[in-house]
Amino acid sequence: MFKLLEIKDVSRNFAGFTALDKVSLAIAAGEFFTLLGPSGCGKTTLLRLIAGFDQPDGGDILLDGKSIIATPPERRPLHTIFQNYALFPHMTVADNVAFPLRMVGCNKAEIERRVSAALKDVSLPDKAGHYPDALSGGQKQRIAIARALVNRPRLLLLDEPLSALDAKLREQMQLELIKLQKEIGITFVYVTHDQGEALALSHRIAVMNHGAIAQVDEPSRLYGFPRSRFVADFIGHCNLLAGKVMQLQGDRVLVELAGLGAVQVMMPPDVTVEVGSACTLTLRPEKINISSSLSQDEVQAHFKGVVHDMLYLGDVTVYKVELVNGMLVEALLANSSPGRARFFEVGDQVEVAWLSDAGHLVMD
Amino acid sequence: MISKSWQQRLLTLPPLGYLLVLFAIPTLIMLFASFRYTGEYGGLAPWYAYKDGGLTLELTLENWQRLFETDIYLRLFVKSIGYAVFTTLLCILLGYPLALMIARSPRKHRDLLLLLVILPFWSNFLVRIYAWMILLSPNGAVTQLINSIRDVFGLAPVSLMYSASAVIICLVYVHLPFMVLPLYANLEKHSSALLDAAQDLGANRWRRFWNITWPLSLPGVYAGSILVFIPVLGMFAIPDLLGGTDGVMIANVIKQQFVESRDWPFGSVLSMVLTAAAVLVVLLGAKFGRQGGR
Ligand SMILES: Nc1ncnc2c1ncn2[C@@H]1O[C@H](COP(=O)(O)OP(=O)(O)OP(=O)(O)O)[C@@H](O)[C@H]1O
Ligand SMILES: [Mg+2]
Repeated sequence: MFKLLEIKDVSRNFAGFTALDKVSLAIAAGEFFTLLGPSGCGKTTLLRLIAGFDQPDGGDILLDGKSIIATPPERRPLHTIFQNYALFPHMTVADNVAFPLRMVGCNKAEIERRVSAALKDVSLPDKAGHYPDALSGGQKQRIAIARALVNRPRLLLLDEPLSALDAKLREQMQLELIKLQKEIGITFVYVTHDQGEALALSHRIAVMNHGAIAQVDEPSRLYGFPRSRFVADFIGHCNLLAGKVMQLQGDRVLVELAGLGAVQVMMPPDVTVEVGSACTLTLRPEKINISSSLSQDEVQAHFKGVVHDMLYLGDVTVYKVELVNGMLVEALLANSSPGRARFFEVGDQVEVAWLSDAGHLVMD
Repeated sequence: MISKSWQQRLLTLPPLGYLLVLFAIPTLIMLFASFRYTGEYGGLAPWYAYKDGGLTLELTLENWQRLFETDIYLRLFVKSIGYAVFTTLLCILLGYPLALMIARSPRKHRDLLLLLVILPFWSNFLVRIYAWMILLSPNGAVTQLINSIRDVFGLAPVSLMYSASAVIICLVYVHLPFMVLPLYANLEKHSSALLDAAQDLGANRWRRFWNITWPLSLPGVYAGSILVFIPVLGMFAIPDLLGGTDGVMIANVIKQQFVESRDWPFGSVLSMVLTAAAVLVVLLGAKFGRQGGR
């Protein structure tokens, strides 16, 4: 992997508060990389350090293997898409897009050619003469992207660029961003606190929490194999069942769930599991099955429960089932599934079951 | 629809009323006076008379002809406009950095700094001019400072009092706050995100100023310029007290016509020309300000 951007042990403190704590990341050329984390976890702080608007208190930032810490923002070969677009209100769309080219002294013909190409890239070629205040939110967003990409930076930083758009438009812009990034091949570092957006867009995601990186992985691995309770909980919906490691059985682990009994779980990859240590079984709602009749299948973990709550969502129904130990687990049932004879009602006695490879173990 | 446009028209009535009473009617009275004869003891003669049993109008173009008989008045107009332009430019040059500095200083300091800008208004206008008379007198601090600097370069000492320089210095001093305040009001609203974006896209400090800050501040520059230019054009107290014969401006002559010569019709002619010049400048400025502030 060719490392385009490398962040090495970067720290940033604000008056005693640690916003970033020894963060290290390596981002490859051509990657769509996302920084994901709850509000206040330091995503914007990290992005501002990469852009050069702020200086780290420790560590180094390398672009193409060379430190850019001492380079002022205007001379870093990367651009930022700001959350509020920051289009220049006194310039036409064409002048806005031409701005970075003017700053490096391109000639007129060249500017004209590249501006119209950039506007075509974002499918707004007929807006060149308009002023920003005559554009809709989505159009402003696209112009901001065209402006940032017109002189082909090495890296594009995007700080929650879609958060101001409504859901429908956001989805459309997500698809456009993926397409655009693929077409022009520029590395994107994308900031969001919306895990759905991160999963949909990214090649790789860094999940951040309290100024530190919790896990860096591909979306499917992040979803399927979280390394910690935090990541499991933050990415998608997840049932977290506290337990204790009882026994190691080759590629399986026997886990005692508090108040429920022992279940078999797959041995998690790249983690050392010790007998006797506390752990959490993470179970995605869609991997839990509920049925009315008792299943005798030995490979399945199964427990009795009572439907506590249900949420009909059209395509799926979410059931909250209270287990015998008083714990609530969430199960997701597709309403189209073939064997669906009937809906369960609140108060129904049900059987909750999952396959032994459905759960994923994280150590506490 | 109709009732709405009626309401809108009603809403414009109060400002129109003010303009009518405070500007249009006085101007029309002045315009009318410029065509009348001087009274026996100065002031205005009646504009109608009964002669040969009939009513005749006693109006004349003489006063307007007088304006063009010599070039004294026109030159004085050009000179006064020159003073006003120069004063306005100096105010922009001195006021812009100040306004920008205040607008970019920490929020908690801004009120204090603004207070300092308007502090001079707390003392009487004439008192401040007299203070400058002392400063600019041959033994005054400013004159002595300038002459000691000139001395270093082997230049002969100068006298500042009763000169065009004294007038310009005081005009700038008095009108600077009128430039700083609208400029500050404009600059304070600029979002720092635009400057960040410009820097991110490759603009250095110099280019950020000329490409972003300056064009966005043009409405403020325009407003400040109007607030400085118009009163300077009509200023007579400062040239009266500090100008000597060298620093006379058109308003001194207008005042002279009304007060000393008691030639109200000719004073009205000069006032009309001054008003026309001011309106013209405002219109030109408005056009320029609108384009620039885009
Ligand atoms: N200039 C600053 N001075 C003091 N504290 C700051 C400063 N900038 C950021 N912080 C603090 O650092 C922490 C991280 O802020 P940051 O803006 O990076 O969060 P974020 O992950 O982008 O959150 P969000 O999703 O809400 O935008 C916050 O607690 C914030 O209060
Ligand atoms: Mg943020």
